[in-house]
Amino acid sequence: MKMTGKEYRTITDVKGPLVFLNKTEPVAFGEIVTLRLANGDIKNGQVLDTSDDLVIVQVFEGTAKINRETGVTFMGDVFKLPVSTDLVGRILDGAGRPRDGGPEIVADEKADIIGAAINPYSRQSPHDFIQTGISAIDCCTTLVRGQKLPIFSASGLPHNDIALQIARQAKLKDSDEEFIVVFCAMGITAEEYNFFRSDLERTGALENAVLFVNLADDPAVERIITPRLALTAAEYLAFEKDYHVLVIYTDMTNYCDALRQIGAAREEVPGRRGYPGYMYTDLAMLYERAGIVKGKKGSITQFPILTMPGDDITHPIPDLSGYITEGQIVISRELHQQGIYPPINVLPSLSRLMGSCIGAETTREDHKSVSDQMYAAYAQGRELRGLVAIVGEDALNERDKQLLDFSGVFEDQFLRQSRDEDRSINETLDLCWTLMSSIDTKYLVRLDQKWIEKYHPDNRE
Amino acid sequence: MSNEGVIYRISGPVVTATGMNAAMYDVVRVGHEGLMGEVIELHGDKAVIQVYEDTSGIRPGEPVLNTEETLSVSLGPGLLTQIYDGIQRPLATLEEVMGVFITRGVDADAFDMEKTWTFEPQVAKGDEVVSGQVIGHVQETETIVHKIMVPPGKSGKVKSIESGDFNVTQTVCVFEDGTELQMMQKWPVRSPRPYTQKYAPDTPLVTGMRILDFLFPLAKGGAAGIPGPFGSGKTVTQQSLAKYSDAQLVVYIGCGERGNEMTEVLDEFPHLIDPNTGKPLMNRTVMIANTSNMPVAAREASVYTGITIAEYFRDMGYDVALMADSTSRWAEAMREISSRLEEMPGEEGYPAYLSSRIAEFYERAGRVETLNGDDGSVTVIGAVSPPGGDISEPVSQGTLRIVKVFWGLDAGLARQRHFPAINWLNSYSLYPQSLDQWFRDNIAQDFPEIRTQISGLLQIEAELQEIVQLVGSDALPVDQQLTLEVARMIREFFLQQNGFHDVDAYCDIHLQYHMAKAILSFQEAAKGAMADGALLNDVVNVPARSDLMRGRFEKGYIDRIEEMVKEMNEQIANAVEAN
Repeated sequence: MKMTGKEYRTITDVKGPLVFLNKTEPVAFGEIVTLRLANGDIKNGQVLDTSDDLVIVQVFEGTAKINRETGVTFMGDVFKLPVSTDLVGRILDGAGRPRDGGPEIVADEKADIIGAAINPYSRQSPHDFIQTGISAIDCCTTLVRGQKLPIFSASGLPHNDIALQIARQAKLKDSDEEFIVVFCAMGITAEEYNFFRSDLERTGALENAVLFVNLADDPAVERIITPRLALTAAEYLAFEKDYHVLVIYTDMTNYCDALRQIGAAREEVPGRRGYPGYMYTDLAMLYERAGIVKGKKGSITQFPILTMPGDDITHPIPDLSGYITEGQIVISRELHQQGIYPPINVLPSLSRLMGSCIGAETTREDHKSVSDQMYAAYAQGRELRGLVAIVGEDALNERDKQLLDFSGVFEDQFLRQSRDEDRSINETLDLCWTLMSSIDTKYLVRLDQKWIEKYHPDNRE
Repeated sequence: MSNEGVIYRISGPVVTATGMNAAMYDVVRVGHEGLMGEVIELHGDKAVIQVYEDTSGIRPGEPVLNTEETLSVSLGPGLLTQIYDGIQRPLATLEEVMGVFITRGVDADAFDMEKTWTFEPQVAKGDEVVSGQVIGHVQETETIVHKIMVPPGKSGKVKSIESGDFNVTQTVCVFEDGTELQMMQKWPVRSPRPYTQKYAPDTPLVTGMRILDFLFPLAKGGAAGIPGPFGSGKTVTQQSLAKYSDAQLVVYIGCGERGNEMTEVLDEFPHLIDPNTGKPLMNRTVMIANTSNMPVAAREASVYTGITIAEYFRDMGYDVALMADSTSRWAEAMREISSRLEEMPGEEGYPAYLSSRIAEFYERAGRVETLNGDDGSVTVIGAVSPPGGDISEPVSQGTLRIVKVFWGLDAGLARQRHFPAINWLNSYSLYPQSLDQWFRDNIAQDFPEIRTQISGLLQIEAELQEIVQLVGSDALPVDQQLTLEVARMIREFFLQQNGFHDVDAYCDIHLQYHMAKAILSFQEAAKGAMADGALLNDVVNVPARSDLMRGRFEKGYIDRIEEMVKEMNEQIANAVEAN
């Protein structure tokens, strides 16, 4: 990287996070820029558009105090993160600078933060079951190593507790192999951050974690690069250093809002609700950095957290995320208000990779059957609640009554568990059988007869 | 004027260059690394280029080279079993050259140019051959004979023709006028390949999925749209179609979708057996995988690359099925490029030409008389991913205006784990009239009538359900309660199908007919028994009915089903006496 480029004072316009410059040397698309203010402060930016006549720079730290006297230097290279295993145990800010008072990261190498796409041909299908110890997830939306499974939540719901519980308890079945946690905060409050940090400290996980932190009062535009830094670190640790990495990022909604802010400043034609038309591609460039590749030992599993504005799952942020990620875990306000933790609504939740990691060799032979039946029975039971509200319970036939009762038991005993309760997959599946035994076997049409004979409590003495 | 210019401006995947004498849709090489791009707009001497690879680090002033060719695909032996990116670079070759991450500036031949194939001529010296005529063939895979055709636009009298082993670039045939023909030809992706005429479709594309074949059949040469919100099973449906439909060749385009899902297909297909030929599925498949994080311009090109390959095999007289998953990502790529061009947008930021592009694409489907007089077809099945599952958006609407089959996926059904989650009330097919004769001749004379009865029952159920929602099912008269039971049987036994089950994933069309008959037979037996005093509960719960329903998961069901229906009917008749 050349450090002594020419300094330009050709700023013509400043608009929101963007700075427009007249004629410069040929500047590369994506090049890193430093801006020196009159008082000597330095800000950083990146080239968004470049031509012979005009260059548009997006400034990460906000454009306050920038004027026509500000000196602009092009650094000759695209944004890179110094990476090494020293990253583990460190806390960095949203632009990758130490935030914990520690020394600068000594780089083994510098990695381009945009990251290249993994060749689909070189990927390896994820198939290792991760036991989270949370029944709703393990049984119904099973997590697989190398998957990207977001938590769709909303303000005021305990998504952070769930994410932390997963980070604490996640392990491969019958293995103690631990994950390195890469935590990426985008625009969350200092309070939330402290909660994460102290929990990671309390459990000793901080030593095995890298934190990239952009808080609510940090520059919004910086949030565009924070997840890219986190994923670049994750890729280095996973694919160069053989670690299994769990990336938790929160809150994607803040990230998307920053994206919208830049789009608006550039006067781009907006897509839905003012978000840029390229948001799908942009999100894909983050989410798709999860996975396992052939010939490498490590893996990247992603847990993005996003809060759905107005609890609306069709809002562009959850909607576009859902089209890219391999399923979603949906947190329900209704369950939360009933005092159930974790308030996971399994009905709209889904793990697309579940099929590849459950069964006799990995979890248990009856898993698929049990999971399907639990879903179906709960879905029908929930539907009946609406009916009961109108016609009363007496109008139900025997089958419907049993299903209705089951839906209550499902929430109270299957979903509900404490914040430090770590259920093994066997415990979870046995619990399912116990709960399902309240329904007459002839109504359990999704269960294979051979599993009923083997696992049904009536047949297991 | 020279064909070498310089970059003026870079804005993401859109680059503007000057001074290279460009024409629309010329392919150009951008920058020192020679990134591939395509001219999409001209302003005086300025050419706007969409670049198929990442542009970071590229500077104004770097050179741009105009190849003066349009974006084309290579067509010839070696296509089958390949996995390409959006611009026909084989992913396996890219892995060899760049490792597991896709970097840029690498060119790769579409297939092995050195590999030799045994060419057997079908015409002789002195024959007059015309455009599209088959001059010989190559056994490309166990199941597929690759016919070598005179490229469209060429014709002449054969001066010499060889037989033996050749690679795809060696000349195998020379005309009197000196024209040399090789086994490989090129075709620009944005132009449909020519044919003599289009026919009305009259044969169904049999998919082995009961709800599709039986209720909403698609014709060979037809076009279908599958819109659905995320998690409703678009990809699983598309993959089932790629696996089990009775097309002779399949082109599968993963357009802007998930990497892991593509990998699953890539892992799975080589091990799957085609139920129609008993040979590995991969032998009849060409795949295009341009995942969501790969360059957006290449995603835009991927559907054209795919359909051109499909048309090429159609021209040999094959029935080709093309799956595009998902056309919404393709439309979004158009939107992204359009917005970089600062074009005036139409609805929701999509370019105003969105619907005409969609129509042009689907219009490349069809059953045709090929230039050589053969009969071939391209069937197009496009997945659509409407935001929030709301199909009033432009891509869904643009698709529905042109396709004749609509398979509407439903989030509610998916949540109840009813798969395939195709809504039987709002889906439709406009083909039954043209296909009914085929069903009568090949499956059963009363096939269309049985279909009408089944879909009629589902309609009645929907109406009854509205009443049940208000008063509960016990308040209905018993004959209507029976109707609800029969409809439930249609849903659980017939419409639901487990795409991952060894046996149930593919259901023979004859078996579909028998299963539908079994349901109607149950209805009739139950009605009769209840008229004689049997109780609904006893009739519904006869053990033979559960056996019949579970039977579909076992091999040889088709041989036993009639016996099982008989047993069920006997038990139902006995329910009268028991009472």
